[in-house]
Formats: sequence, C-alpha cells, structure tokens
Amino acid sequence: MALIIHKDKCVGCGVCVESCPFNALTIVERLAIVEGSACTMCGACAEEGVCPFEAIEMVKATEANPDVNLADYKNVWVFAEQKKGEIQSVVYELLGKGRELATTRGQEVWAILLGKNVSDKAQDLIHRGADKVVVVEDDSLENFEDGIYSKIITRLCKKYKPEIVLTGATTVGRSLIPRVAVQIGTGLTADCTGLEIDKESGLLRQTRPAFGGNIMATILCPNHRPQMSTVRHKVMPEAQTDTSRVGEIITEKILDEDGFTRSRVLEVVEALEDTVNITEADIIVSGGRGMKGSENFELLHDLAKAVGGAVGASRASIDEGWIPYSHQVGQTGKTVNPKVYIACGISGQIQHLIGMQSADIIIAINKDPDAPMMKIATYALCGDLFEIVPEMIKQLK
Amino acid sequence: MNIVVCIKQVPDSGDVKINPETKTLMREGVDAVINPFDCYALEEGVRLKERFGGTVTAISMGPPQAEKALRETISLGADKAVLVSDRAFAGSDTLATSYALSTAIKKFGVVDIIITGKQAIDGDTAQVGPGIAVHLDMPQITYVRKIEELADGKIRAERMTEEGYDVVEADLPVLISVVKEINEPRIASLKGKMSARKAEIPTWSAEFVGADPKQLGLDGSPTMVVEVYAPPARKGGKTLEGEPAEMAEQLVTELKELQII
Repeated sequence: MALIIHKDKCVGCGVCVESCPFNALTIVERLAIVEGSACTMCGACAEEGVCPFEAIEMVKATEANPDVNLADYKNVWVFAEQKKGEIQSVVYELLGKGRELATTRGQEVWAILLGKNVSDKAQDLIHRGADKVVVVEDDSLENFEDGIYSKIITRLCKKYKPEIVLTGATTVGRSLIPRVAVQIGTGLTADCTGLEIDKESGLLRQTRPAFGGNIMATILCPNHRPQMSTVRHKVMPEAQTDTSRVGEIITEKILDEDGFTRSRVLEVVEALEDTVNITEADIIVSGGRGMKGSENFELLHDLAKAVGGAVGASRASIDEGWIPYSHQVGQTGKTVNPKVYIACGISGQIQHLIGMQSADIIIAINKDPDAPMMKIATYALCGDLFEIVPEMIKQLK
Repeated sequence: MNIVVCIKQVPDSGDVKINPETKTLMREGVDAVINPFDCYALEEGVRLKERFGGTVTAISMGPPQAEKALRETISLGADKAVLVSDRAFAGSDTLATSYALSTAIKKFGVVDIIITGKQAIDGDTAQVGPGIAVHLDMPQITYVRKIEELADGKIRAERMTEEGYDVVEADLPVLISVVKEINEPRIASLKGKMSARKAEIPTWSAEFVGADPKQLGLDGSPTMVVEVYAPPARKGGKTLEGEPAEMAEQLVTELKELQII
C-alpha cells in the first residue's frame, strides 16, 4: 500500500494537514508533503471528502509474498486459554466466531490446548464447536509462561499451517500471541471487536478500536499467514454446548527444541476485593469522585451484591486511594464491556468513557445534569447518589 | 546496570475525534505527549538506577518532533536519549516497529533490562514490547505492577492478571512492560530541566542501526489498515426525575422489564 500525493492536483490548501492524527503532513512550497516516519498509513487523509481536489490517494499493493504460499494454509485456530485447568469463557466466544469464519471459508475449527492434566477438557471444546483439538500436556505447562508457550504454538503453526489464529485479548493472550506472530513473521491485530471474511478476497477483515475507541480501524493481513487476531472479551456471543458433536483429539508433545524456560511463575495470587472480576462481570457498579471517601464504597458493594455485579471505579477514586487499581475502568485501567454499567458520581471524562462506553446500558447517577456521563446514559438519574443508591438496594431486596 | 526505556510520543487521545459530518479526523489543538504508561516505565527505570547504579537510556522511534518527548525523559532522570527516525520506517506496523527498535537497542551493547509501558494509548496494541523481546531473544514479563527483587542475574516481579497477580521470576536480560500501579512518576527537577536543555539527542537512521530495509516500513509490515471510521456516537436516553425513591423505583421497574435483574 502506498500513499500518493498527485502533485498536479495539490494546491497546498492544507486541509489534509488538519485531517492527519499523526502530524505527518505538512505544506512545503504549496505542496502537501508526507513526513515518512510519522505516517502510519491510516488513510485518514485519503478519505473521501477530505481533499477538495482529490489529490491524495491510497494505492493498495497486490504484491505477493514469495515466502508464503497462501494456498497451503487452512483452518481457523482458537487458543484455548486455561487457568488452573479451567477453560476461560473468552475461548467459547472465539469458538463461536471461529465456527462462523470456518464455515464461510469451508474449513475446520481447531482448538489448541496447552497445560498440565488438561486433556479431559478437549471434549468440552469439541462440544463447543471445535472439529479438532491439539493437546500438549506437560508439567512445565501448568502455568502460562510466555517463552515456552509461544515456542510451542509457533512450532504447531509451522507444522499444521492454520489460515487464521484467534486468541482472547486477555493478559495471557496479549503477552503470548505477539511473540508467536513475531517468531513466525506474520501480522497480528490486537483487541478486535469485529471479524468477518471479505467476500471478494476471502481475507479476514479485522476491526478494532484505536485512539481509545474514538476511531475504528479495519485491518487486513493480505500476504502473510496465519492471519492472527486477539479478540476483546464479551463482545462476541459464546458457542453453545452440543454434546452430540464429535471431533478428533491430536496429542502433541513438548520437544527439546521448544527450549528451556527463562521465566517461571512462582505463585498465582487472586487478590481482588470481590470475587467477581470486572472484565467478566455483566453488571458493574462504579464509583467516582462523587463517592467522597473509601468508606462509601461499601454502599456500591451492597448494590453490586444486590444486582449480582462487580465494583469498578474511576481514576479519581484510585488516585485518592479509595479502592485498589485492579478496579479501575478507563484508559489507564481496564476496558470493560458489561450489559449494564452503573456510574455513581462519575462525571464522565473522556479517559473514563473510553473504558466503558460500549456497555449495552449505562445508568448515571449524578447531581450535575450536565455531566458528560449523564449525556450518554441510557438512564440518567439526577440527584444525590447517597439517597438514590440505598433506595435502589431497598427495592431490589 | 544498563537500563533501556522505550517511549512513544502520542497525541493526547482525548482530543482525537472524527467529525461526524465530514467523517474526517479532527486534531485541533491536539498536544503530543509521552505515552502515559511510558512515564511509569521511565520512572521505574530511574528508580532501578538509583538503587543499583548504572544508566538509563530512553529510546523512541518516531518523527523528528518526537525529540521533544525524549528531551523530557532527560528532565525526568534518563541519562541519555536516542531518536530512531527515518523515512524508511513510514507505515511500519508492530512487527516492523519492534524489529527497527531491536536493531537500535543492539547498538547499545550489553543491556540488562528493557522497560516499556503496557501499551500506547493511540494504537493500544501492547505488541511492540513482546516483539522487541523476541527480536532480542529475551524473556519477558508483561503487565508488571511491582518489581519484588532484582539480584543474581534474575528479576522477580508481580504480573497483573484479571484475577489478581502472578509472581514471576525471569533471567536477565529481560523485557518488562509496566502498568500504572507500579509507581508514581516524579516531576522534573530544575536540575533535570537544565540537563534536558543541554542534552544532545542523536537521530539514528535505518542505515545507521543496520536494519534490513525489507523488514521496515510497508515492506516489513504484514498488516494494512484498509478503513478508518468513527464508531456510531452514543446517544443519551431517558432522564428520570422526582424524589430518590421514585427514581429508584422507575429504574428498577425498567430493568426488570428488560429482564436484566
């Protein structure tokens, strides 16, 4: 792909300069110039309607990659992330989407399961839509370790040549798969919220938020395989269990060439104040500066308990030390995607909205009717949260 | 101890929006800042230096104007800074970027620890750190919220997870990416500001770092952005009014009707 500025059409008006989020365009002697190292080829300047003179054009390269024979690659792989032997729920979401993509491509869904004593989970993955499950068991694979996990998956990718590899955009997925992608030398798109097969080219269209969700970008990996994505949790529906489904289990062994571990997990600590983790929760009750103090978070815990949810918080509450960082929602905290987000005393600065604005329903409780959170809320309750929240708890009981 | 901190200059993301009418990106008054997570990475690097001695080198790949961000790292405690900048890097995705940075880091010679922020707030990929680790054949610990110990060629750190944290030990040299909880970055001192003003920040080209041109820029980037658009704007909904008890009742009734509770 290349960005071309047609010198005969450009008049140096500077409209494109304003369109570039990366400050990569400048006007020199009445001509738009691209500063190469700043340009990310995002295409914003070449969008229709930006250049009044249609002087900027993105040209897609169709150059094939001689190192990769695309036709050799088929099937959709799902990394079956497990913790303490339990398959993580994001895996079922990936199997649902993987099934859809594989059917469109006329291919199979494979699940890749690494761990210690995990082979009994393979059947579960088949019931959820996997046609084949590759199982690698070893004592050293009990806990996730970036180095050895990535070496094994890289080796399996080279052996079986999947066309698509999907992984949850979890802590594990986002640490593991970048290593695999670089070891293979292929492309990886992070944190996808949309995946579909392009009807014409058969390529995987990977859509993801950038700039904290202010912009959506669709990304292709045309000439390298596999096409790899990490997928945001709780965006795609889970594959349902069908116990009549049958599939094949392939057992693979850990090999010497997978190397030795240069990092080791010494201890796994579960340290949330609640047992519910906010990235998994369907309902989040979140508190901001309006909570006024740590003691008042008890109220939010009570409400969360009444609705079966988890407690989140804005950056202000974290910085005040009212609640630990693991509860922070927003740009410098976690991105959540619950069914219901109840914002109590959170004004709704953009950095917070970035982390929660994809919730199905937003409930805002705030004294200030003009707070940004109140403007985007599905239900805006204007009033004192210390009066409204206890009433809610009372009625829910 | 040789400490390298990778930083990225990013637009202050709160300001980057798409004009809903023209569908174009608006960047009026957008400031360029050091990626917030990289500030924690830098602070952690400086703290390690204060404990164990050594040097902190900040490195960034970006346009010439990223020099400003690097100068700021010196005011915050970095000993030196290097800008990796070349037209050949244009359009680099995370694979090409991590390759380019790794070739530059190799020029530093022996490195004990590389520290990055957990992700940049513009791209949000969190892929360049692990990519650098692979190119340099290093182990990694991502999402680090605390360094517990650094001794005898090993590091022990807490990796933040969805449920809590893992205590992970790794051999040096190592790459770690850090989350906000790890520290509270300092404010630039007057002395720091003076050093920053005087600092010489070299610009390293692709040729200088000995990077293979085929692995840079568009040629070295398997992924390509084919479409950019604004997500549908979220519209406001109902405003509930009345006494607290009435509002709570209305809300609970609606949520029950929607079968949410």
